[in-house]
Amino acid sequence: MPKQEPISANLKITGSSDDASKQGFSTGNRSKGKLLLRLWQYLGKNRLLLALALILSVSSSLLALYGPKLSGQAINAIDLGAGKVDFVTVYRCCILMAAFYVASAALTYLLNAVMIRLSKRVSKQMRHDIFENLASLPVSFFDRFQTGNIISVVTYDVDTVNQSMSSDLLQILQSVVTVTVSFIMMLTIAPKLVVIFLFTVPATFVFTSWLANRVRPMFRRRSSKLGELNGFVEEMISGQRTIRAYGREEAVLERFDEKNKIAVDAYTEAEANGTITGPSVMFINNISLTLVCVFGALLFLKGGSAAEYTAGAGFAAWWAAFFNRRLLLGDLSSFVQYSRKFSGPINEVANIIAELQSAFAAAERVFSLIDAEPEKPDSPDAVELTDVKGRVELKNVDFSYVPEHPIIKNFSMVAEPGSLTAIVGPTGAGKTTVINLLMRFYDVDGGSVTVDGKDIRGLTRDSLRRAYTMVLQDTWLFHGTIFENIAYGKPDATMEEVVRAAKAAKIHSYISRLPEGYNTVLSDNGTSISKGQKQLLTIARAMLLDANMLILDEATSNVDTRTEQQIQAAMRELMKGKTCFVIAHRLSTIQSANMILVMRGGEVVEQGTHESLMASGGFYKQLYEAQFEEG
Amino acid sequence: MERLGRYIRPYVLYILFTMAIKLLGSGLELLIPFFMEKILDDVVPTGEKPMIFAFGGLMLLCAGGCLAANVVANRMSAVSSGKITRKLRYDLFEKLESLSAAQMDRLTVPSAESRLTSDTYNINQLLARVQRLGVRAPILLLGGVFMMLGMDAVLALVLVMLLPLIGVIVYIVTKKSVPLYKEEQTVLDRVVRVLQENITGVRVIKALSKTEYEKSRFNDVNEELTAIDRKAGLITAATNPSTSLVLNLGLTLVVLIGAFRVNAGSTKSGVIITFLTYFVMILNAMLGITRIFVMWSKGEASAHRVADVLELGKDLQPEPEAEPSSEADPPHVEFRHVTFSYTGVGENISDLSFSLRRGESLGILGGTGSGKSTVISLLMRFYDPQQGEILIDGKNVRSYPAAELREKFGAAFQNDFVMEGTIAENIRFFRDIPDDELSRAARDAQAEEFIRNRKEGMDYPVAVRGNNLSGGQKQRLLISRALASDPEILVLDDSSSALDYRTDAELRKALKRNYGRTTTVLIAQRISSIRSCTKILVLSDGKTIGFGTHDELMRSCEEYRLIADSQMGEGKGAV
Repeated sequence: MPKQEPISANLKITGSSDDASKQGFSTGNRSKGKLLLRLWQYLGKNRLLLALALILSVSSSLLALYGPKLSGQAINAIDLGAGKVDFVTVYRCCILMAAFYVASAALTYLLNAVMIRLSKRVSKQMRHDIFENLASLPVSFFDRFQTGNIISVVTYDVDTVNQSMSSDLLQILQSVVTVTVSFIMMLTIAPKLVVIFLFTVPATFVFTSWLANRVRPMFRRRSSKLGELNGFVEEMISGQRTIRAYGREEAVLERFDEKNKIAVDAYTEAEANGTITGPSVMFINNISLTLVCVFGALLFLKGGSAAEYTAGAGFAAWWAAFFNRRLLLGDLSSFVQYSRKFSGPINEVANIIAELQSAFAAAERVFSLIDAEPEKPDSPDAVELTDVKGRVELKNVDFSYVPEHPIIKNFSMVAEPGSLTAIVGPTGAGKTTVINLLMRFYDVDGGSVTVDGKDIRGLTRDSLRRAYTMVLQDTWLFHGTIFENIAYGKPDATMEEVVRAAKAAKIHSYISRLPEGYNTVLSDNGTSISKGQKQLLTIARAMLLDANMLILDEATSNVDTRTEQQIQAAMRELMKGKTCFVIAHRLSTIQSANMILVMRGGEVVEQGTHESLMASGGFYKQLYEAQFEEG
Repeated sequence: MERLGRYIRPYVLYILFTMAIKLLGSGLELLIPFFMEKILDDVVPTGEKPMIFAFGGLMLLCAGGCLAANVVANRMSAVSSGKITRKLRYDLFEKLESLSAAQMDRLTVPSAESRLTSDTYNINQLLARVQRLGVRAPILLLGGVFMMLGMDAVLALVLVMLLPLIGVIVYIVTKKSVPLYKEEQTVLDRVVRVLQENITGVRVIKALSKTEYEKSRFNDVNEELTAIDRKAGLITAATNPSTSLVLNLGLTLVVLIGAFRVNAGSTKSGVIITFLTYFVMILNAMLGITRIFVMWSKGEASAHRVADVLELGKDLQPEPEAEPSSEADPPHVEFRHVTFSYTGVGENISDLSFSLRRGESLGILGGTGSGKSTVISLLMRFYDPQQGEILIDGKNVRSYPAAELREKFGAAFQNDFVMEGTIAENIRFFRDIPDDELSRAARDAQAEEFIRNRKEGMDYPVAVRGNNLSGGQKQRLLISRALASDPEILVLDDSSSALDYRTDAELRKALKRNYGRTTTVLIAQRISSIRSCTKILVLSDGKTIGFGTHDELMRSCEEYRLIADSQMGEGKGAV
């Protein structure tokens, strides 16, 4: 399998332009040591497999390395000349060679299998950890980061890390074994010839690291430009309809081509320079081969002029004898084969370095997702919220999304059980902020929010959120049947219950007209389902829940008034006896609210009942009158 | 790949030239072991040292030539594959832009994106690597075999016999792994979907405390992906060890048979040494070729996906008008007995007729799913109706060239597209519109206030999908865009739903005041938004149940009156 390079290697930071968004999910500078430690922790969880891989790798390399030694011995036995071949030795060597190669192949396959298991296990673990952390991240995280970026971490980056880890790690391991063993073998065969490598090996290292340094920024640029192109494509394809509506295809195509050209140029530059490595290293290897061959031949010609070693003459004499030992033709053959094996791994060094670079970058993104600050855990003494009466109180609440821009200052209110609190205000006034605080999607900076007199920070989030039923303006449906979507909040719901809820939400007749009825699978690109119908489905979902508190955030904004009127009875039923928080545009609908909060520019500017607010003649009165003005 | 032939064809000569250079380099590479054999077998026995150096020098020359040829050829391969990819992407993007809405519905947006990004990337990689490895590996293989045949035919035949065996191994592995890789892609799609749903639905999931459930849902797909990944990997992993094994056993056989031949005096021992060198070369070439096969199957799948889009027929081409309208003063916009269905099953619009004079306005009101947005899609010719005709200035919309037709419109849709860039760029939307026109449009769309509240003003950077704007701000931005070109026909599809009544009223006033010559089609939920329209169309299940002015409808249309009462009257408790 060729390695797949990450397609969207760069993560563009999007979301709001303030600096806060740049935290958490960046490709910031982590020290390499820390990264390696983290990666090791993942591998370390599978110590048994890792140990097995190590043993298999060393032994398969050793077996493969013994081959040339054996073939060299065989050639020495053959080289005695016509009619004089030592067949006993040849047979022995051939049988051994065959056995070694079979064993080596078996071990290599086993090793591959172990490494695949290992790396897939690590990938799975990483994806699992990312998802676990995503599930615990505060809502604010998702308000800031692009969905596509998060997804590309789970798909491309995890893959990049593991492909590289499994193959590079193996390669490094095997290279170390191969280089060491080849070197020893070469030393035992012809120490003089090894001197050649004192020149060529450092030359290879110096050259490849020089080239890697030069090429690395080019590859980085290539990835980032490709990422930019992909980002542009994603944006423009999703806006295709609008582009067509305005007939701007030409202009967009021109823009695309600019980015396309930049991406292709960056690619060509990186590729053209990156591919110098292979031929260059091959060149250096060929030089070594030539030198080995020429000097080997000279040594061979010089013949057995070597000093004889006599026992007890000391190490120096032994070394001299060894060093000047006579070279046979078979030895030269083994030496040449070993020298190829010796330089082979060095060949790979440059590639591995480049791959490790991209793996490190990917690992950074993976870990920054895994490490993104989760929602503060429930305090250890947090209690379950049970027997909810539904008395909600906000006491002297201060809150801001960004420290220097306070949104709510010293705000207090009480919602008695069964009461209706309405939040009104012009577009963008920050009405959803209140909901974010009630559900504890965000924590207050000062003051407190209590339910039945208990501070919500002392409650488990699960029990707090379960105490509310929520219908939002942004409808959310998942890929699944209509039945599953409606029953999402109540997994044990029966078909009758679901149908009853759908009837109450006035969506039953639409569903029953579908060929598959309640078993129709909703897919994200379904053109047949409108925004309003989606909203009705989420209302049906809410109808199945029996929490004591209710939040309606523009729950029917996309439903036409006629349908809205029809589901009113059901909505009233839904609201009965519950503490309700309602965000609405249509002011006529909330006149009966026990409390109306009027928000403007992110702040609560007025609060009171419809009558008191009208009487005070403030902003609410203006808003109220505006809706009856003639256009 | 054949289906993309026309992209490769212009570069055929260039690629052939690249390959010729690569051929030269590979030939030189093959000569190195040949000279080595000469030294060991022919020169060494004679003991002529100068000849050793001479052949050594030749080896170095070959090595140098090999380096130069490979560097040049690799660079050329990067250039040609880059150029081909660029053109391919360009055409694909152009094609995607030109797809009709119906075609895009079938293709789906995520699939279009992945074809343009990851598939063109796979093709690029394939093109470059085939040029780099595609010549070298087979040449080294063939050349190696050829050289060996020249040195000792009998020994070389041992190797040649093994090659089909390796072919069989590669065939089996590819045949088994390719379907698995395809399946892996679909499982990966599921992983992506679960992630996407969890990110977009984070509030609902947390509110319903479904985190644990979602975790188990993700674990399921994660497990599935891992299993198939592992299965595919285990099959592919067999290629290298088995190929090596076959070749290495062949090598053992060569040594054995070589021993007999040397003994019989029919070959020299140096030949065996050289054979061993060629064997290593051939082994690497074989591994390279198997890699190309894996790459090829991946690139091939991508090439098909890209070609599928490129070969899509052109929908919605302008059609010459059968008989030019003879009407003296045709209405600006006219629907005549229009019937349309998205799927061919049931009707989304049934027998719809209406006409508007220049400067008139049409309000469309109707239940969820009653076909309001469909009317606009037909008017702007995103789809063609099955029956009836739609006329602008007395001419069928089918007879307008796309550009001419679309120029007439300014439109803001439901869930419309806000892109990353400044506010000004979003309003201008790639058109040639002067700055003061942008400001005028923003003022009329009631967007001026929120723009002025930002210190960057019109240069305020809008985040992807307008994430840093509120719903109402986005809508006003979109309306500004629609107004900026001072269009003949203004289309607003529920594009003021997030505006509060006051802003909505201001918007209506501005439209009335400054766009008197503009024909407007307006979809809204609120009666107040449309009650002042010249004509109001009430739809239910695609059928017209009321058409007329507000006052007429209040008298004649029961549905309309109910809606009006609920909105303007005493409706209590509704949300």
